[in-house]
Amino acid sequence: MQTATAFAPATRSGRRHRSVGDVIFATVARGLGCFVLLLLSAIIVSLFIGGLPSFRAFGVEFLWETTWDPVKQQFGAGVPIFGTVVTSVLALVIAVPLAFGIAFTLTEIAPAWMRRPVGTAIELLAAIPSIIYGMWGFFVIVPIMSQYVMPTLGDTFADVPFLGTVFGGAPFGTGILTAAMVLAVMVIPFIAATMRDVFLTVPPVFKESAYGVGCTTWEVMRSIVVPYTRVSVMGGIMLGLGRALGETMAVTFVIGNANRIATSLFDPGNTIASIVALEFPESAAGSLKLSSLLALGFILFVISFIVLAISRLLLRPRSA
Amino acid sequence: MKLVTTALAITLAGFSYAAQAQEITGAGSTFAAPIYGKWAEAAQGVLGVKLNYQAIGSGAGINQINNRTVDFGASDMPVAGDQLAEHKLVQFPTVIGGVVMAVNVPGIQTDQLKLTGELLADIYLGTITKWNDPRIAALNQGLTLPNLAIAPVHRADGSGTTFVFTDYLSIVNPEWKAKVGSSTSVNWPVGSGAKGSDGVAGTVKQVRGGIGYVESAYATQNKLTMTLQSNKAGSFVAASMKSYVAAAASADWSKVQNFAIDLNDQPGAESWPIESATFVLLPTNPKDPAQSGRVTSFFDWAFNHGGDIATQLLYVPLPTTVQDAIRAAWKAQLPAAKM
Repeated sequence: MQTATAFAPATRSGRRHRSVGDVIFATVARGLGCFVLLLLSAIIVSLFIGGLPSFRAFGVEFLWETTWDPVKQQFGAGVPIFGTVVTSVLALVIAVPLAFGIAFTLTEIAPAWMRRPVGTAIELLAAIPSIIYGMWGFFVIVPIMSQYVMPTLGDTFADVPFLGTVFGGAPFGTGILTAAMVLAVMVIPFIAATMRDVFLTVPPVFKESAYGVGCTTWEVMRSIVVPYTRVSVMGGIMLGLGRALGETMAVTFVIGNANRIATSLFDPGNTIASIVALEFPESAAGSLKLSSLLALGFILFVISFIVLAISRLLLRPRSA
Repeated sequence: MKLVTTALAITLAGFSYAAQAQEITGAGSTFAAPIYGKWAEAAQGVLGVKLNYQAIGSGAGINQINNRTVDFGASDMPVAGDQLAEHKLVQFPTVIGGVVMAVNVPGIQTDQLKLTGELLADIYLGTITKWNDPRIAALNQGLTLPNLAIAPVHRADGSGTTFVFTDYLSIVNPEWKAKVGSSTSVNWPVGSGAKGSDGVAGTVKQVRGGIGYVESAYATQNKLTMTLQSNKAGSFVAASMKSYVAAAASADWSKVQNFAIDLNDQPGAESWPIESATFVLLPTNPKDPAQSGRVTSFFDWAFNHGGDIATQLLYVPLPTTVQDAIRAAWKAQLPAAKM
């Protein structure tokens, strides 16, 4: 039986009669959605086209070539890619345990009056502009590293075979380790907030039954909460990785800006973002250096895109 | 009432627009940033011209003037004649300054440590890694040098000061010339980079065992520990106005094109070895000829009245013959030059 509605009488073909305003709004909304996709593809395409001269000049070896010589016009992405990967991975190594500790405290241990303020404080960390982190890193962390941490570690491990190289090198204060530490501080809020949110989604009945059987707080966390939220926690970590990969100004201040593969944690290095920030202003239009920098931008775009896509995939809401 | 307020607002806006129109923009060399800043302060009252100068490095300055985003570019590296013709630029020097070595070695005071150009090149090549290396100790018999790693600091951004320093190293050390070369940005074998001369000065101050190259103005203003360098005549000189003037005095300007003189490694017992003129690049086909005229009148004022300010900041003013040659070049190549 056909029910006639007061608002949208059915036509013979069964489609609703819509007002002009609706049609316009729908088209504009759809257009804006397509515009975002177009913008994204335009960025990728222009980066690729800009980087094409250097891909052509250096071939696929560009991806692992480690020379960056503006005088001889030889450029290679090996050093920036190495620096990006190493600093981001080190930052995660430092940040993930700390973020886990923060999330654990906020969900299980902290008294109720403490949870909101500390949670807000963590989220405020995410709101600080990255150049402030860079300046704080350069004026506060770098002197501490160069005057206390680096000489002490260097002298302690001077004669130990493997650790001697890892902690060797002149105590500049800047370097891969300092950059990883600053990145870790920047990435902790994202990971901690995601972890806390997913820890809170564990159905209380699971935890209560574990407590009922006699588990300690840590055993509940280890055996119930973490396995239940494992996939989403991975997604949060990938989100943090995505931020760490693209971080520019904070890293540029503290990484020491040297175009060599670092053999020690204290050595200066470069990431893709920092080398672009430093060398872009002086690259003449149409030069091989400019197209190498654009090629590096394209590579970073691809890496970040993949990491963020994986993180979205892992973080999608799942039916319990 | 509303009409009166609006009319008043428009008139005031018109005045402020007229006031702002007297601004010239420049970008480039950090080497010259201190002196351009002081000249701008002094000239503003006299000429009514305000200078907005961005010390982004010589390489970026050349790039900006090629793209005509600023009124003039400033570079310590002279641009080659064919590049000047291609981008329709005229080049002239404004002032001469020295590049000094700053060190941070515990127990060493300023003007105590003796170094030669070859040693500098070997330090920056990574051949010499410790402060108590026998070659350094041989030159400095009276000093106790610690067993400390040398931490060379260089400019991370594209810098004319880097060009001056690497050009000097190429002159005194053939291995440096073959391996690295000289430019605003090179492939440094060792060392850490810092952004800007203030970054290099700051890093050297913070790192024990650090050595870096900065303009004389930054070294004196930041009270850095400076070295004694050996010059072509073989004597060790301290970085001072006397040694900068001595190096500039032996320059022969008649032999160069486009004023592109190289003041590194000049003869003379008192000469400072690492020195350079700093250049300004002006378009010969400016979009706004009036702005071009303001730039030339600013530098003309600086040539006539800015000598004392330059000397205070340890820059050497250009000789009057060179200044006259520059004015002649303006007349010949810039249609809107005002002096």
